[in-house]
Amino acid sequence: MGMPGRKVFISGDEAVAEAVRLARPNVISAYPITPQTVTVERISEFVEDGSLKAEYLHVESEHSAMSAALGAAAVGARTFTATSSQGLLYMAETLPYVSGARFPIVMMNANRTLATPWALLSDHRDSLSQLDSGWIQVYCENAQEAMDMIIQAYRIAEDPRVMTPFMVNLDGFILTHTYEMVDLPAQENVDRFLPPYRTANRMDLDDPKTVCYAALDDYMEFHLKQELDMRKVPGVIEEVELEFKGIFGRSYGGLVEKYCCEDAEAVLMTLGSVTGTARAVVDAMRMEGKMVGLAKIRFMRPFPAAEIAGIAGNTKAMGILDRDLSVGYEGIVFTNARSAVCEIESPPRMINFIGGLGGRNISKEDMRQIFDQLMQAARGEQGERVRFVNARCE
Amino acid sequence: MERPLVVKFKRPDSIRDYPCGAFRVGTLVQENSGWRVFRPVIDTGKCIKCLRCFLVCPDGVIDKSGEDLEIDYRFCKGCGVCAYECKVGAIVMMREGDDGNAR
Repeated sequence: MGMPGRKVFISGDEAVAEAVRLARPNVISAYPITPQTVTVERISEFVEDGSLKAEYLHVESEHSAMSAALGAAAVGARTFTATSSQGLLYMAETLPYVSGARFPIVMMNANRTLATPWALLSDHRDSLSQLDSGWIQVYCENAQEAMDMIIQAYRIAEDPRVMTPFMVNLDGFILTHTYEMVDLPAQENVDRFLPPYRTANRMDLDDPKTVCYAALDDYMEFHLKQELDMRKVPGVIEEVELEFKGIFGRSYGGLVEKYCCEDAEAVLMTLGSVTGTARAVVDAMRMEGKMVGLAKIRFMRPFPAAEIAGIAGNTKAMGILDRDLSVGYEGIVFTNARSAVCEIESPPRMINFIGGLGGRNISKEDMRQIFDQLMQAARGEQGERVRFVNARCE
Repeated sequence: MERPLVVKFKRPDSIRDYPCGAFRVGTLVQENSGWRVFRPVIDTGKCIKCLRCFLVCPDGVIDKSGEDLEIDYRFCKGCGVCAYECKVGAIVMMREGDDGNAR
């Protein structure tokens, strides 16, 4: 352990801004959108007061924000941008551009639902719609994790084995606008953990190269190379987390954090801040002798298929709580998880719980009902594959 | 003319040999003169070498390394921007295959 951190009482948005300052990016390019706004405002203030020596580009849209970040990354700059919801979708065209060009841009996405109807609160429809963009995606449970993952994101994304952009997701308002005690790492420790970005993947007058070229018939090999490198990411995440723990004393369980899963008859899988509620309910139900467990899916890309299959092979019923819905089928996380679980010999009964759309609260009572339904499924009770939490469907 | 060479693309032996991002320069692998319907022709007598065509050409095919400006027809797509922008009317567009009737 190095220098101790400093306890600060800040919001999730501010935690991300502080983490960005600690990571010393060269270029920030962003357009404000609720509920990400506070993050980019704070960073703008840091650049203004000189505490972050960086170029801040006030662009006219999210599409331009990512395009400008791509340009900066193309000359070897460490870059940051942030967005949310409609902004992420407006930016969508540029996401595969960045991942294909292998620029390790780090972006914060404040999870917010999509219009229409217009709404401001949180669900995961925005980022999950971009699973296929070639970006790494992590989902955070609290402000501390968001801060730590921004710092780790640069290390993982910029690793020469990885060279893949990284999206750090945190739930809008629930995390971005609530205040928590956060351990703010010392700058010298972050500098030790995260050295300056050096890469050969850049334009250079002394060593001319071309970026964002056409490939035509070789397109497939370029894309498969991305896939092969993405498969190395779980190992890099493990290495980086171990080193992070050594310096800062915190770790988050890799791709999937398991909580009371070992002997559980029913396990619920969650993403993001709702995990906190599930954790409290698991604690309460365990006190009553009910064998329930929880798995927090942290990374959606690369997808932790082996970890999820491992948990599934050890339980009788598995629930996936989706804060999204792919209209016409089921929850997106469920589709991914079930594809992983169907590999195993005797899969558990799987139920997709869809809730919290547009920011509707998922209460402890809702959570208890979810676990009760899972326990019934574990006892062999049949029922609907897709169930809606606290919603009127008739 | 001092112009880049077209180098035949050698497919990497393994997927490992594909670049991760930036590619080395000098990998022009094909000419695209076949796209052209009209070709720009410079009247060197009228040309005042203002280099406006050199600046506006989207494909960078105007060569200024010699005494007169020259066009690298291997890469000219015949868009006509140079002729449109030329202030002294020194560039005319001629239909490919025609015997010189200016368009």
